[in-house]
Amino acid sequence: MIYLEKVSKKYPNNTMALSGITFAINKGEFVSIVGHSGAGKSTILKMIIAEDAPTSGNVFYHSADIHRLGRRDILDYRRKVGIVFQDGRLLPNKTAYENIAFAMEVAGRQDEEIEADVPGVLKLVGLQDKIWNFPHELSGGERQRVAIARAIINQPDIIIADEPTGNLDPINTVDIINILKKINELGTTVILTTHNKNVVDALGKRVITLDSGKIVRDEKKGKYAL
Amino acid sequence: MRSVNIRRVIKTGFINFWRSGVVSFASVLVMTITLFIIGSLIIGGAALDSALSLVKDRVDVNIYFRTDAKDEDINNLKTALMALSEVRSITYTSREQALADFKERHKDNSLITSSLDEIGDNPLGASLSVKAKEPSQYESIARFLESDQSLVVAGVNIVDKINFYQNKMIIDRLAKIVKSAENLGFAITLLFVAIVILVTFNTIRLAIFIAKEEIAIMRLVGASNWYIRGPFVITGIIYGFVGALLATIVMYPTTSWLGQATENFFGGINVSNYYLQNFFQIFLILLVSGMALGAVSSFLAVRKYLRV
Repeated sequence: MIYLEKVSKKYPNNTMALSGITFAINKGEFVSIVGHSGAGKSTILKMIIAEDAPTSGNVFYHSADIHRLGRRDILDYRRKVGIVFQDGRLLPNKTAYENIAFAMEVAGRQDEEIEADVPGVLKLVGLQDKIWNFPHELSGGERQRVAIARAIINQPDIIIADEPTGNLDPINTVDIINILKKINELGTTVILTTHNKNVVDALGKRVITLDSGKIVRDEKKGKYAL
Repeated sequence: MRSVNIRRVIKTGFINFWRSGVVSFASVLVMTITLFIIGSLIIGGAALDSALSLVKDRVDVNIYFRTDAKDEDINNLKTALMALSEVRSITYTSREQALADFKERHKDNSLITSSLDEIGDNPLGASLSVKAKEPSQYESIARFLESDQSLVVAGVNIVDKINFYQNKMIIDRLAKIVKSAENLGFAITLLFVAIVILVTFNTIRLAIFIAKEEIAIMRLVGASNWYIRGPFVITGIIYGFVGALLATIVMYPTTSWLGQATENFFGGINVSNYYLQNFFQIFLILLVSGMALGAVSSFLAVRKYLRV
């Protein structure tokens, strides 16, 4: 479903963030991308969500080269991808409810659907009591749950989670990973980057290990090993 | 779908205005000051105009006719002068009127009245008082009178004298002063308008800079450009609207406080009365320029952050 073909990324200061990365991710997979800081994990995700363009190589979503899409098509594509960032990246001036509703508005959903779906998804991530709280009134774990709720609300094909547990304590980490697993079991592809050895080892799913912008290992049932 | 989106954009604009309290307050404050200055410039310009036109009104050129000039010839000349684009108005004073005015002016001087009685006949000629639109135009009117052949009837010029040449120096100087006062007023207005627009623009840019991260998030969630930009533009329009209201309110006590002083200084115009008489035009100008300024500033400021 996602296919990276010889993707390289060179930043203006001449560091090679990625050099000739090639891999494919199939529908329904749960893929963890691991590596040291600066190994290129976040850069790969940026390539996949079209936040940044590769210096050379192509990124395909099904048969479409996403870096050749027009502005409108990129927006359509992004609505099919749910993104969860390490710092949550919620809209600070909007409540938990409004943050999720915003993603639905953007996707052109009706008011009735929004009113029906948002409380449900907040319940799914265990935040039914904090619907009207602003991000600064939530803990790190709660913010991350809102971010996940926002990412899944439009029933995306893929969830991309960039170190979603990076700022969380162990208990919240387990909770968040369990939510992601549940989403994956329902059929959504999940791409996760993480530093957390326990998380990766407990998952027992495919692991892509990066070092200095190159893939050093790609195992079907991998462990965190650097 | 479109109407739903428009409704959402407008609603979000209002919510954002309300929620970003301090930023909104600062922006409205700057907008109010801007519009207050623009309003003051409008009123100041009107005061300057009225003072200048008062000065201009004191200047005229008088054409004195010989006592034997025929009314018909004078009328012909008057018609010819009226046809000139420079001429604003012409006042005709007949011989009889001139005599009556003269007697009235000197009624306490028995020597003059008795000498008039002695003459028996009316020694005064009729006259035309010509006012030009601009002081600088008297010269060309005078030149026209010189060249006009209709003034010569049967070999005799019916015009006794034209007082332009006696007053030429004063008129010239006045024309220069009026011209430079107008230019200066215009330049100051332009300068102030440019400054306040830049200050407002930068304030709004700063307000949106704070939301830079938010805009990036919206892009990544898949929001279209106009769906991101719309609420900011609405918020900018609200800044302008509230600013215009406040500026209009603040101008009321300011002008009434200055009213008497300006009447004495400029002679003729009372800024307080002017403000009240033109209240709706001024309010409308402030409202439209405030809302346009807010909308355009927001529109341009967001553009910078939409490139994700």
